[in-house]
Amino acid sequence: MDFEPKIVAFVCNWCTYAGADLTGTSRIKYAPNVKMIRFPCTGRIDFMLLMKAFANGADGMIVSGCHPNDCHYTSGNFHARRRWTVFRSLLEFMGVDTERIAFTWVSAAEGAKWADVVNSTVEKVRALGPCEAYKNADYE
Amino acid sequence: MARIGVFVCHCGENISSTVDCERVAQQAGRLPGVAFSADYKYMCSDPGQSMIKEAIAEHRLTGVVVSACSPRMHEPTFRKACAEAGLNHYLCEMANIREQCSWVHPKDEATTQKAFDLVRTQVEKVRNDNPLEPIRVPVNKTAVVVGGGVAGIQVALDVAAGGHKVILVERDPSIGGHMSQLSETFPTLDCSQCILTPRMVEAAQHPNITLMTYSELESMDGFIGNFNLRIRRKARSVDEKLCTGCGLCTTKCPNKKIPSEFEQGLAFRTAIYTPFPQAVPNKPVIDRDNCTWFKTGKCGVCGKLCPTGAINYQQQDEIVEVKAGAIVLATGFEVKKTDFFPEYGYGRYRDVITGLQFERLASASGPTRGEIRRPSDGRVPEKVVFVACAGSRDPAKGIPYCSKICCMYTAKHAMLYKHKVHEGTPYVFYMDIRAAGKNYDEFTRRAIEEDGAKYIRGRVSNIYEKNGKLVVRGADTLLGGKPVEIEADMVVLATAAVSCDGSEELAQKLHVSYDSYKFFAEAHPKLKPVETNTAGIYLAGACQAPKDIPESVAAASGAAAKVIGLFANDTLTREPVVARVNRTAPPIFSTCMGCGLCISICPYQAIDTEEITDRSGKVVKTIARINPGLCQGCGTCVSFCRSKSIDLEGYSNKQVYQEVVAMLNSD
Repeated sequence: MDFEPKIVAFVCNWCTYAGADLTGTSRIKYAPNVKMIRFPCTGRIDFMLLMKAFANGADGMIVSGCHPNDCHYTSGNFHARRRWTVFRSLLEFMGVDTERIAFTWVSAAEGAKWADVVNSTVEKVRALGPCEAYKNADYE
Repeated sequence: MARIGVFVCHCGENISSTVDCERVAQQAGRLPGVAFSADYKYMCSDPGQSMIKEAIAEHRLTGVVVSACSPRMHEPTFRKACAEAGLNHYLCEMANIREQCSWVHPKDEATTQKAFDLVRTQVEKVRNDNPLEPIRVPVNKTAVVVGGGVAGIQVALDVAAGGHKVILVERDPSIGGHMSQLSETFPTLDCSQCILTPRMVEAAQHPNITLMTYSELESMDGFIGNFNLRIRRKARSVDEKLCTGCGLCTTKCPNKKIPSEFEQGLAFRTAIYTPFPQAVPNKPVIDRDNCTWFKTGKCGVCGKLCPTGAINYQQQDEIVEVKAGAIVLATGFEVKKTDFFPEYGYGRYRDVITGLQFERLASASGPTRGEIRRPSDGRVPEKVVFVACAGSRDPAKGIPYCSKICCMYTAKHAMLYKHKVHEGTPYVFYMDIRAAGKNYDEFTRRAIEEDGAKYIRGRVSNIYEKNGKLVVRGADTLLGGKPVEIEADMVVLATAAVSCDGSEELAQKLHVSYDSYKFFAEAHPKLKPVETNTAGIYLAGACQAPKDIPESVAAASGAAAKVIGLFANDTLTREPVVARVNRTAPPIFSTCMGCGLCISICPYQAIDTEEITDRSGKVVKTIARINPGLCQGCGTCVSFCRSKSIDLEGYSNKQVYQEVVAMLNSD
């Protein structure tokens, strides 16, 4: 059977979630491998959640919020970006290919961009194959 | 034990054409904790909503998942239905299987599976939802306006007209601000004082407005609807209640050679003075730094002469405590000091003046009674060079931004000069003419075409004196950068508009954010232009960015509308989606260690510290405290907290982790 990657998207309510709704209202198709979890802001996203997702069988992830200076809460997306740069080096240290995670900005007007982000991430992760290293890892 | 109801909507065929809704409902019914599941053609219709309400009653549901369109579309609808059935409406969540599933994927097994995964994820979320009640805070219906220029006056008048009390705080001895210094205003050339002073008087006499001039904001605490302010009323040395404003003291004061701030140093004032004749309140103050009595203990002429005995040399600064529900900042702007441009010779040559000084020269109440005369020798200048962008749009030496008002007032100055000195010639060096505004471009065209202002596109490199003339050297970029020299009698610099002295300290006192130029920052550049990031604090006028009078007044009325809107309620209802610091039994009290990281990253300054004391009052622990009145629920503190001591209602750690687990374990 062909490998179908499991992708979890962590998105903010104000920009990317609304942008993904626009993808729907515009009827732009994308791969069904992605499922979204809604947060008030990317600043709320605890990057340990990404580890939890890897441990539960995710093969790739998308973290997406408002463009810089567009944050509904002024600065949450900047905090997320900073934390992501730190977290990325931790991932590299742990041997997780950071290509598995797309950190991006999709505004409420960018329905087509959301479809592109999803499709390109799915393709990239499909090429990388399943992420086995941390499956069923126990972090407790 | 959770008893959750799952309701799967077909949305006509919008969902059911690609998702097998019946199967999703059946599978959902077998999930642990799900007590009821059903599918229906239109969940949002009346019968659909009734179905939810009846199921809540019949199956004693403790949570509801509506699997339909985006929560951005119908979450309020379904939450209202739940509330009507007696279920706390924060226990209702939506699985978005339309916009994010059926509309974007083909009719396929994978699409139905995804829809079911989304439902299961929301079931986990609801299982961990807490019932929440909206937060209610009382509103004190008094507004404090900081800054008594045209913007502050407008806010005060508008809020007062709405029937609310206003305290107008002004740092200087009189309200009026920069507008009271202007001669005429663009684009109509109507007299500035003629339109402003009636409003100043109206503000002073309005029963709802309390003026606090010669006063400054000392400190602030509290939050929207409930601010506590301490205002320092600086010692005026004159009893405002006794003083009648006769002005005898100011005419008899022997210390007459103090440069007048109002006249921009072009005239003198006395040590006891009112800044200008139309000052409101028309009560003098003693400038203690320059008064002989305060310097040597001798003189006291004003005290001896005052017919009402209003002079009080012993008066002290007084701190007044005020409670308010809203604060409006209208502290305005300042003209940038010109010493950063030594090549323009400001300060070295007396006939190189600023635009604001030119306003005083042109003003009928100014030092020359409205005649344009050189400050050095009083001669009428035959050639005047106006230099636009003196510091603006100059990242190297000045400020990078456009001061916005200078193009228009320079055109006005050129016109005023020509109207007063018919044989004179105004020259204007400019970079671009930015005249976007109602009747603005027509105005600058008039300056060029009817009043003969000679516009030269290029910058001035230096100004030097030769044979009693000021030689202005620049380039004409429309002639390929050809050097130009003009022998002028007077030069007027359109100096940049910058933020007010002390605005940074004020912003810090009020927890308002400000930009790199120390202008106050609005909450959103397009959609919240008069609000700040601190709820209940609003902006008006040029304290936010350079603004002309119409813009300042418009912003002021906008801010006033926000205040009146806030004051329309006795209590404020807020979404309870806020962060909380956990509390546990002694001796732990909370897992928070008081590191303070959350305090530094909160965009709303909603977090401070709280001391936990034992029975004897001894402080045993200091932890973070989140003010639910200020918290907007972004959750940044939650992800930053090193000890996981903060959680966000509606998006708790437990919830989001369970969502991840549920989403991925589909077998």
